[in-house]
Amino acid sequence: MTALNIEQLRKTYDGGVEALKGIDLSVSEGNFFALLGPNGAGKSTAIGIIASLVNKTSGRVSVCGHDIDEAREAAKANIGLVPQEFNFSVFEPVESIVMNVAGYNGIKRSVAKQRTEHYLKQLSLWDKRKAPARQLSGGMKRRLMIARALVHEPKLLILDEPTAGVDIEIRRTMWEFLTKINREQGTTIILTTHYLEEAESLCRDVAIIDDGRIVEQGTVTELLSRSMMETFVLDVDKTSLPAKVGNFALRLRGDGKAEVDVPQGVAINEVFLALSESGITVSSLRNKENRLEAFFVRLVQSQREQGSQA
Amino acid sequence: MIERLIVERVAFATIVRKEIRRFMRIWVQTITPPAINAILYMIIFGGLIGSRIREMDGVPYMDFIVPGIIMMGIIINSYANVSSSMFSAKMQFFIEELIVAPVSNFTILAGFIVGGVARGLAVGLLVSVVAFFFTDLSPLHPFITLSIAILTSIMFSLGGFLNALFAKTFDDISIIPNFVLTPLTYLGGIFYSITMLPDFWQGVSKLNPVLYMINGFRFGILGASDIPLWQSYAVILLFIVALGGLCLSLLNRGAGIKR
Repeated sequence: MTALNIEQLRKTYDGGVEALKGIDLSVSEGNFFALLGPNGAGKSTAIGIIASLVNKTSGRVSVCGHDIDEAREAAKANIGLVPQEFNFSVFEPVESIVMNVAGYNGIKRSVAKQRTEHYLKQLSLWDKRKAPARQLSGGMKRRLMIARALVHEPKLLILDEPTAGVDIEIRRTMWEFLTKINREQGTTIILTTHYLEEAESLCRDVAIIDDGRIVEQGTVTELLSRSMMETFVLDVDKTSLPAKVGNFALRLRGDGKAEVDVPQGVAINEVFLALSESGITVSSLRNKENRLEAFFVRLVQSQREQGSQA
Repeated sequence: MIERLIVERVAFATIVRKEIRRFMRIWVQTITPPAINAILYMIIFGGLIGSRIREMDGVPYMDFIVPGIIMMGIIINSYANVSSSMFSAKMQFFIEELIVAPVSNFTILAGFIVGGVARGLAVGLLVSVVAFFFTDLSPLHPFITLSIAILTSIMFSLGGFLNALFAKTFDDISIIPNFVLTPLTYLGGIFYSITMLPDFWQGVSKLNPVLYMINGFRFGILGASDIPLWQSYAVILLFIVALGGLCLSLLNRGAGIKR
């Protein structure tokens, strides 16, 4: 069964801006799915429509088999939303915010209390339960929104840039938590993020949206296999280098390190062989950029170039 | 179906509890100012000026103005509670907690309205307690008194909700209370009987819906009114149906709350 199915979804805002130009998307149950795209691509609009925060212009959306027009309440009961902007009353205590949302979802107070305690503890917010939300740090506010989105235990959790502005340690803790609920509770997770290493390490499937259209869709592995070139950074023992070793282009950077471009499908051994033959010793090697990020940047650039030529 | 009703009932109770907690948490701003205003009105208009007027419509002037002062508190506070609560929810985006939840628009509206009614009646009760220090008045018709108070606060809570849906800035939620509601309330016969006015102005006064509420309430307490009781009920119910229908229709379209 699909957790989310979108057919020909379009949205034109009152000012005439066409945010979505007919997208089709299917997310299977239990998936950890990344929806990627540059700012203004239409990600938040799509999420807003799924969660009923934005009125669609046309198309169909169904959540866990429930059409958002024909069975609105049933569809909404299956969604937990963590939006990009903080959207809770800053004067309310943390515990009340989560309890209230449990109530809005029809969960009785006795059960709501247990779940609130469970999720606040899981997200390390239990000590802050009596504090007004305005006293929380940015990372705590993000975690509060996750606890609030999970209190009714939805089948589909949608997170719109949940780790934006969050330090590395908290980001890692959130990744672990999301992976756990995806694996243990079987919650389908859809994530939008600008940290592409986040998508690469967490998600199984990816869709890339640009200018209101889905421009790529598939598993992370599939998309990465379509990436044409990878760049590696090498620590070398030379202060000057040839422009090319074997078939590989080589560049010396300002910091004394070298960069080498390796086409997809070429074994890294060949690079080392070429470097050895040229008398260059390599003491360490790392990937210059996140592979998915590199793919994403190239894809978006090529879309832009095609758009400007059209 | 039963499951659906349980969800709606729990959601409704949650909204009402949250709304009541909100105005009780800031009771210094929400409950006490109307009581202080009422004391000032009763001292200045009822005591000092009223001692020279003596009677209005055959009852002591203090007794004549007390129902209007109570009703003024109910009207302004029901309206203010819903308009400010709903507008804050819009401005801080936490109205989205309700929009994404599986709860009907009717339940959302009813929750906010009951919150407004609770504050209106809380203020009405407090002003009534204050009035006991100035007069020993008690309602002649308790059912009429209470029903007019509840229906009026429903009507103005709906008005506050409508205002908040359309409002885009904090100015937008103060314009109606300051420039429409307050004048209509003062001209609605709190301090005078419209029978004192020339015929033309009596006719104009009858276009003011607040007149029907104040007089209906006054009838419940004193047994005297410038307006037939049925007209008071009819006007209030008409406004409730019209405003309620409009609010629901706007909510269903997502006007003012969805993008």
